[in-house]
Amino acid sequence: MISKILFTVLLIVSLGFFSWNIYKIYYNIYLGKDVKRNDNKKHRLKTMILVAFGQKKMFKRPIPALLHLAIYLAFIITQIELIEIFIDGIFGTHRFFKDSLGNFYTFIISFIEILSLLALIATFAFLYRRNLLKLPRLNMNEMKGWPKMDANMILYMEIILVLCIFMMNSADEAIKIEKSNLSYGFTISSFLGPFLCSLDYNLLFIIERIGWWGHIIMVFAFLNYLPYSKHFHILLAFPNTYYSNLQKKGKFTNMENVTKEVKLMMNPDIDPFSVNNENPTDLESFGAKDVTDLTWKNLMDSYTCTECGRCTSSCPANLTGKLLSPRKIMMDTRDRLTEVGDNFRKNGKDYQDGKSLLGNYITEEELWACTSCNACVEECPVNIDPLSIIIDLRRYLVMEQSKVPNELTGMLTNIENNGAPWQFSPTDRLKWAEDE
Amino acid sequence: MNLRVPTMSEMIAKNESPDFLFWVGCSGSFDDRAKKITKALVKILNNCKVNFAVLGVEESCTGDPAKRAGNEFTFQMQAMMNIQVLDGYVIKKIVTACPHCFNTLKNEYPELGGNYEVIHHSQLIQELINQGKIVLADGGVYKGKRITFHDPCYLGRANDVYEAPRELIEKLDGELVEMKRCKTKGLCCGAGGAQMFKEAEKGNKEINIERTEEALELKPNIIATGCPFCNTMMTDGIKNFEKEKEVEVLDIAELIANAANL
Repeated sequence: MISKILFTVLLIVSLGFFSWNIYKIYYNIYLGKDVKRNDNKKHRLKTMILVAFGQKKMFKRPIPALLHLAIYLAFIITQIELIEIFIDGIFGTHRFFKDSLGNFYTFIISFIEILSLLALIATFAFLYRRNLLKLPRLNMNEMKGWPKMDANMILYMEIILVLCIFMMNSADEAIKIEKSNLSYGFTISSFLGPFLCSLDYNLLFIIERIGWWGHIIMVFAFLNYLPYSKHFHILLAFPNTYYSNLQKKGKFTNMENVTKEVKLMMNPDIDPFSVNNENPTDLESFGAKDVTDLTWKNLMDSYTCTECGRCTSSCPANLTGKLLSPRKIMMDTRDRLTEVGDNFRKNGKDYQDGKSLLGNYITEEELWACTSCNACVEECPVNIDPLSIIIDLRRYLVMEQSKVPNELTGMLTNIENNGAPWQFSPTDRLKWAEDE
Repeated sequence: MNLRVPTMSEMIAKNESPDFLFWVGCSGSFDDRAKKITKALVKILNNCKVNFAVLGVEESCTGDPAKRAGNEFTFQMQAMMNIQVLDGYVIKKIVTACPHCFNTLKNEYPELGGNYEVIHHSQLIQELINQGKIVLADGGVYKGKRITFHDPCYLGRANDVYEAPRELIEKLDGELVEMKRCKTKGLCCGAGGAQMFKEAEKGNKEINIERTEEALELKPNIIATGCPFCNTMMTDGIKNFEKEKEVEVLDIAELIANAANL
C-alpha cells in the first residue's frame, strides 16, 4: 500500500514539475517573432518522418549513427514496458500484461532486453569516444564545463536505466526458477537469472525491487532533467523537423519592413511625410540584437540542439581556426533565451537586463567569419538553421549600428554608386565583348 | 572568331525578343579572369545559335553581396531597379554563369515582384549537349586528364544542383575524380557571404588554401568549377602552392568550349 502511494506521489510530482518546465520552454519559444511554417503539411510530415523518426541525416556518419540508433530504438521500445511499470506501480500488480499477452509478452520483453544490451554497448562506446578518444568535435571550447558534464551525465543515467532493467528481470527470473522451476523465457535475463539462483529468496526479492524502483526513479529523474539538458532533443527533434525550412537553402528571408521603405523611396508620387505616421510607436528595428528579435523557429532550433557539433566540424571558418562555431551560436541563443525568459517571468515583459545576444554572447568577429556556405545547415541531423541567426545578427550590426568591416563599406558604396562591388564604371560593362 | 553579343536594347529596336537573357554579372563583366568564362559561354551560345541577349550597360549588381553582408536596403534597391529593367524588356528566362546571381535572381527576386525562370550555365550547356547542338571534338584535349569538380556553395547546397556540371565533365575524355568533401559535403572556397570583398577573420589558415590542399591531394590536371568567385579563390590557392604549371583552374564553360574546339 505504502509503495502504491509513494509511486503515485512520485508520478504526480514529477509530471507536475516536468509540465512547469515545459511551459517555461514553450513560453520562451513564443517570445520569438512570427514566421509561417504551416504550409505544405504533407511535405512537412514527410520531412519529420525521414529526418526525426528515420534518422536519415545521422547516417551520413555511419558509426555514430548505428550507435545512436541502438539507444534511440531502445528508448522508443522501452516505452511499452514503461506503461506496464506505471500500471504495476499504481495498482500494485506484478507484470500486468504478462498473462493477457502470453507469448507476445515474452517476445516484447526479449526485444527490449536485446535493444537495451545494444544501447548499453553504445553508451559505453559514446563515453569512450567523448572522454578517451577525445573526438575533436566533442571537445571544443564551447563544450568545456557544463556541456561536457551534461553529455556524460546523460550517458551515466542511461547506463543506470539499463542496468536496473537487467537487475529487475534477472532477479525476477531467479525467483521464478526457485519458486516453480520455470523460466520467463526473456532472451537475456533467462541467461542471467540462473547465476542468481544461489541467493536467498528474500534477497532476490529485494534486488528485484531495487531494479524496479531504480529504473522508475531514474525515468522520473531523467524526465525532469531533460528540460535543463541538450537531451531535450529527444522531444523537440520531431516538431523541429516538422517546421523545417522547406525553401532552397540559398534563399535568405526577405525583410518586408525594408521593402516598404524601399518602395517609398523609389516611388516619386508618394510624399514620404504623409505615410507611416499613423503608427509612430510601430518603429521596428532591422535585424536581430537579442533573442526576442529572432523567430520562434530560431528559438525552437536552439532548444533542439543536442550539441553534437556536426555543424561546427563542417564549418569552413571553424576548420581554419576562426572564432565562429555554429554550435556555439545555437548554445548562446538557448542560454540567452533561458535568461531572458526567466527575467520576463520574474520582472515583467518590459524588463531589460542591459545585456543582449549580440555583444554579450556572440561577437562581431564570429559573425563576420561566416561564408554563408550552408554547410552547418546541411549537416544538422535535426534541421537546425544557425545561418539565419548569423545573418539576422549581421543585419542588426549593419543596418542599426553601421558596424561594417571597412572593406565591406567600400563594396557597398561601390554597389550603390556604380552598380558593381568594385569600382568600375557601369558604362564599361560590355567592354569584355569588344576586347578580343 | 568574333563574338556576337546582342543587347536587349538592340533587340527591341529590331522588334525581336531573345529566348534567353544572359545575365553576365559583375565578375563576368569586369574581372579579367571571369571575362574569359563569359566569352567561353558566349562562344558556346553563338555556336549553338542560341537566341540570347545581354543587358549590357543596363545590367547592375543583383545585390547579392549586399544582402549577405546584412545590408538589406542596398540589396532591395538593386533588386527593384533590376526588376524594373528586366520587366521592362519582358524577360522570361535568364541564364547566368555566376551561382550568386543565379541564387539571388531565382530565389530572392520573386518576393520583390521579379519572377523569371533562372538557370545556371551548366544546366543550359547540358541541355545543349543533350540536344546534340554541341559536338565535342574527337581525341579531345582532355584525354586522360584528371579533373576534379569544386562545388560552388550557391549552386550546390544552396540550390541542390550537383549533377549538371558533373555530367558535363563526364562528357569529356578525362577522368572525373571527386574530393572527399564533395556535393552536399563540399567545402566552401572561402569567398561566399561577402567574404570575397574582405580579409578573412583571424584564424590559422585561409579557407581557399584548405580547399586547394584537398584538391591537390588528388593530383588533378584540372580543377573545374562553375563560379567566378570559386575560380579566383582556387586560382589563388594553386598559385600559393606554385602549381600553376601543373594544375589549371577552369570553368565548366571553358572546358566545354575547348573540347568543342570553339
